[in-house]
This record gives sequence, C-alpha cells and structure tokens, in this order.
Amino acid sequence: MVKVEFLGPIQKEALELDIADLNELAVILQEDEEVKEWLESCAVAVNDTLVSSLECPLKDGDKISLLPPVCGG
Amino acid sequence: MLSIYDSALDVPKLLKEWYEPEAQSNYGAYIPFVGTVRSEDGIDGLSFDIYEPILNSWFEAWQKKANEKGAVIKMAHSRGDVMLHESSYIAAVFSPKRRVALEFIDEFVEDFKASAPIWKYDLIDGKRVYAKKRSTAIKGSGILGAKS
Repeated sequence: MVKVEFLGPIQKEALELDIADLNELAVILQEDEEVKEWLESCAVAVNDTLVSSLECPLKDGDKISLLPPVCGG
Repeated sequence: MLSIYDSALDVPKLLKEWYEPEAQSNYGAYIPFVGTVRSEDGIDGLSFDIYEPILNSWFEAWQKKANEKGAVIKMAHSRGDVMLHESSYIAAVFSPKRRVALEFIDEFVEDFKASAPIWKYDLIDGKRVYAKKRSTAIKGSGILGAKS
C-alpha cells in the first residue's frame, strides 16, 4: 500500500492505495470528482522528492504528495 | 538557517539575531528582504500552510549554492494567520561581496515565490480563501492530468 496525501488547499483526506506506479494513480485520480480539477496544476512528490514523470515505480510504504500552486511570502 | 513561526515575524528581533553572530564574520554585505502584509482587496490578513519536508530540502539546495559563493542565506516564514502590516517572510543574504548578495537575494526570492511549498489564503470576513490567482504551479506540475 502507498499513502497519497493532498497538501494545502485541496480539501481531501489522505488515501491508502494498492498501486504499482504513478500511471495507476493518474487513472484513479482522474475519476475522482474532488481532485480531478487540481491535477493539471499539481506537482507530485514521492517520498518528499518532486518527480517529473509517471514512469515512477512505487513500493509498499511510499508516500505520494500532491502540491497545488504555491505562493509564499 | 530556516525558521518557521506560528505567528507574525518579529522583524527587528530577527534582523538583530541574524546580524549579531555574523558581525565579525568578514561579510561585506548583509541584504535582508522583509515581506509585509499589505491592505488590499478588503483583506484582514493572510494565512499560510507550509509543507516542511520539501521546504527544507528546497532551502538546503539554495544554502549549498550560496555557500559555494562564500555566502549564507537566512530565512524565516510564518505559518497560520498574519494580519495587515505584519511580516510573514524575511530572507537575507550575507556575502563577502555586494554584487553576489544583491544577485542572490533576487534569484532566491523569485525561486521562493515559484517553488517553495507554501500556500497562501486571504482572510476575509473570518474565512480563509485560497489565493489561487496569485499562486504559481511548481515546475513540472500536471503529470497526473488527463493526456490530450
């Protein structure tokens, strides 16, 4: 199982999913009414490192974070 | 040095705390940037969420770049509510040379705005409203979106 957490303004509880890579996550989240509008603008981190491709194998215990657009300061 | 506070920043105190240990460090330049919450669009203040694990690694990468030029970066940011005319963000560069510090503070603050995992909300009538229009998608965003 991997944990998927939604940061900042995305009002959604974390998910526990049995998936092997980010392609599977993309398919699941594109069907999710609460989250799909955020996907085009979200960055993705696996175990707190930003990733740039869906070709990212996942293993049990990994943490995936979705980071919506930022504005510090 | 990166510090997160659950309140507005005490600007004179932080600038003094950052300066004093470096006063004899032979830096020729100390350039602070102080961000203050301005009154606009009827807001009562701003509020912030921060994701510290990625903020820390982002900051460490910048600190390494600064150290390679003989410079040091210090930064403080607020979490939660910060009201009008209070400060939510201070960054400073100490450097042997003026030019390095001036260029570094510019690059650092610009990348901070575009990349640091911090989310801003307007405080309006007691509600927290995500500042969506003023926010920037982090480089590489959108990989989970539907492919065209």
